[in-house]
Amino acid sequence: MASTPEAGPKVNRIGLPIAEYKGGKSTLCGGCGHDVITNALVRACYEVGLEPERVAKFSGIGCSSKTPAYFLNRAHGFNGVHGRMPSVVTGAALANKGLVCVGVSGDGDTASIGMGQFIHLVRRNVPVVYVVENNGVYGLTKGQFSATADVGSRLKTGVLNDLPAVDLCGLGIELGCSFVARSFAGDVKQLTEILKAALAHRGTAFVDVISPCVTFNNHPGSTKSYDYAKDHEAPVHSIEFIPFFEHPMIEQVPGEVIEVEMYDGSKVRFRPVEAEYDPRDRHGAWHHLSEANAKGEILTGILFLDPAKPDFDSLVNLADTPLAQLADAQLRPPREALDAINASLR
Amino acid sequence: MSVNTLAEPSHDTAAGVRVNDFAIRVATVNGTGSQSANQVLLRTLFQMGVTVTGKNLFPSNIAGLPTWFTIRLNPRGYFGSKREYDVLVAFNPETAAEDLDNLAPGGTAVVDVKLKLGGRRADVTIHEVPFGELAAACCPDVKLRKLVANMVYVGVLAHQLGLEAEEVERAIGRQFAAKSKAVELNVAAVRAGREWAASHLPPEGRFRAARVPGRSEKILIEGNAAAAYGAIFGGASVVAWYPITPSSSFAEALIEHAPGLRTDPATGKATYAIVQAEDELAALGMVLGAGWAGARALTATSGPGISLMAEFAGLGYFTEIPAVVIDVQRVGPSTGMPTRTSQGDVLSLAYLSHGDTQHPLLFPAGPREYFADVVAALDAAAVLQTPVFVAADLDLGMNFWMDDPFDYPPGPIAHGKVLSAEDLGKLGGFSRYLDIDGDGIGYRTVPGTPHPKAAYFLRGSGHTEQATYSERGDDYEKLMARLKRKVESNLHLLPAPIVESVPGAEVGVIAYGTSHWATVEARDRLAAAGTPSSYLRVRSWPFAPAVREFVAAHERVYVVEQNRDGQLAQLLQIHAPDLASRVRSVAHCDGLPLTVEAVEEGIAQREGSA
Repeated sequence: MASTPEAGPKVNRIGLPIAEYKGGKSTLCGGCGHDVITNALVRACYEVGLEPERVAKFSGIGCSSKTPAYFLNRAHGFNGVHGRMPSVVTGAALANKGLVCVGVSGDGDTASIGMGQFIHLVRRNVPVVYVVENNGVYGLTKGQFSATADVGSRLKTGVLNDLPAVDLCGLGIELGCSFVARSFAGDVKQLTEILKAALAHRGTAFVDVISPCVTFNNHPGSTKSYDYAKDHEAPVHSIEFIPFFEHPMIEQVPGEVIEVEMYDGSKVRFRPVEAEYDPRDRHGAWHHLSEANAKGEILTGILFLDPAKPDFDSLVNLADTPLAQLADAQLRPPREALDAINASLR
Repeated sequence: MSVNTLAEPSHDTAAGVRVNDFAIRVATVNGTGSQSANQVLLRTLFQMGVTVTGKNLFPSNIAGLPTWFTIRLNPRGYFGSKREYDVLVAFNPETAAEDLDNLAPGGTAVVDVKLKLGGRRADVTIHEVPFGELAAACCPDVKLRKLVANMVYVGVLAHQLGLEAEEVERAIGRQFAAKSKAVELNVAAVRAGREWAASHLPPEGRFRAARVPGRSEKILIEGNAAAAYGAIFGGASVVAWYPITPSSSFAEALIEHAPGLRTDPATGKATYAIVQAEDELAALGMVLGAGWAGARALTATSGPGISLMAEFAGLGYFTEIPAVVIDVQRVGPSTGMPTRTSQGDVLSLAYLSHGDTQHPLLFPAGPREYFADVVAALDAAAVLQTPVFVAADLDLGMNFWMDDPFDYPPGPIAHGKVLSAEDLGKLGGFSRYLDIDGDGIGYRTVPGTPHPKAAYFLRGSGHTEQATYSERGDDYEKLMARLKRKVESNLHLLPAPIVESVPGAEVGVIAYGTSHWATVEARDRLAAAGTPSSYLRVRSWPFAPAVREFVAAHERVYVVEQNRDGQLAQLLQIHAPDLASRVRSVAHCDGLPLTVEAVEEGIAQREGSA
């Protein structure tokens, strides 16, 4: 801590400088989209004034899954097995409903080996910010196609992908995911606003981020390169996140702006690029996404949002005290209860 | 539970009447309601104080295939299964002739008159009963008649064997709790059977059930329900499961009983979460996530689920997360025989996962112990910070067992070495995997602990004592050595073996889990025939020092178990290689509960060639 407060670093709502949200040094390739996302996560957590100790970080296996070591050193992290992060998050979220769970996965980790678990996490609306760092290839095993690679995209070696891509956002909308967003590592401003909104959501906040792999999938012919994404990104709206502790300057929301109140009282304001885009309209979102995909556009923004959908903790009627913090007397019924059971079995 | 405390005088009389000492087999078609009738028979005998076991042999099918229920009454407190049966109810036309052929000579059969089997055998008594007519007379509803016909055989047997009418009706009341119309109908069917037998059949000359006084403390319960109570009293707070025979009844019992026992009275909210997962991988993933985050987490499965859990089991071992897995073993490999019992997962469980692992295993033999083992496993997992497996089986899990009442857990809930924010304030920090106390067990923190130094990064990749990433060979070797030491130097946390030493016996017998029950009786028979033996019942693995001492003290040690390859015998040979030649496997697995004869013959044959 600085000895002279006036000369100290800038701090956030809870008095922490941004340095307290950082993690270990990244070992990813220079220019990797994942590092941009890591920095956006650091900034988002800092700006919303999250207590780092309340966060639990999760990941599977792959380049993306290394990144929880690169942000929020003051938060516990769980780097588990390939494709199974969703189940681990589910257990942890049940054990301690007070945690803010942040999961980072990749397109291989989620759309191939982990597809089943991802689907069921979404169905349950487990409270987690679930980020997919989507680069269309397996980086850590040196550049094989993943299931999100587009038809017609080519590897550096010239190999053509002839299988259709899994669109994780489309899938999320189909499954009734309560928060579905897509962003691009080349659009940090949008990404940071999306992540802040995701942190204020109670339920599964799914954020698919096009995150180019500079080593294996950033060449002409790739549809997950920086250049391709820049050329094809189509934001559906601009996003302004207003945290619960800030009062907006203008109370009167302009007519074309859609304002959605989040679980914690924060607000998200959307200024549509396309006049009719309403992120509260699931069918509309699905329709826009299908059209954009057909045109080869990368639709970005918070594509769908339903802050009122009950999360899994509510569905299972969890006690107010986190299960992990229950006193022994709440965990073990009294002796008389067992006596009664024995008597009932005679 | 190691020795039988239920011995009662034999009631054999000079006239050859066998009182409380015979086996009844009921052969029916599954999905016809016979299960309720059989439960009523079993419960009635239990209520009369008779030492009784009930084994349900059922197909992997919902309706239409043969099923057999065997009830053994025994005056000496034996719970093992026997090959022979003395009283038969042949209710399945498909199998009736064969069932009748296998009835012990001198036995009594109750068969449907329609089957026309009255003259099939001269050396047994065959009672032909018009079940259809009797059911029709007492049940106006045609749709219910098939179900009610089962209760008619209960009535016939009740009369012939001397079951107390009051107890039969009480058992029906319990079986159909709160369904008064069903109670009425079934009571009427039993009475119809009883009355018909009284006026049409000669009195039964050989087999009688008689009340045994002074047994009021015993309980009767399905094994998996006992384990569910164990989870509730063991303080389990997150349970994830995927439906699989024969473990599903564990989760179903938990879902039934937890709300009454573990609801916060102030808010009406649950102090637990039970999740039906999408598969067994997810079930163990949820358990590890929850255990890491500070819950007491548990899953229950069977062999195919265990295979799927292998990768997560290795993660739990390597990163030191408390977790409990109940494996209700069935016959494998592959789908195997899903409704048949086995102890065939022992080796898989012991070393589940790629790489070197070593998972503590607990082997409950009866429901009271199953309850206690689930509690012990939850505590051991928390203290050892590792996955602990309760290796039960279908015989224990899905059959009803008579046992002593459950014991309230003796000590407080064990949480292991968990540092609070206050602790961290005093210490200034911690190293997750540092063995400060010399017992191989480090200190852990759980997410959400409000202290800037509380966090660590758990990873399934190589790591240092400070939980940082490492690919250094010396870090890895040190970690693996500590993991081994951690389990092996804390064996006192696991249930100790039970030893019964017979002075002068050259033969030692080792059994575990449900193999215990047939072994007890087989040893008595072998001793009576001139081969006395000492006995050790293994209740956990890795083996306690007493197991090695037992092997060392006997010339020949027979390990009785229900699999093909003698899996625990192999573990024993690995454990004590210098004594390996003394260890002989008596492994038998045909999917049915182990019989006394299989154990007796298995040992006698090998002794003969010794």
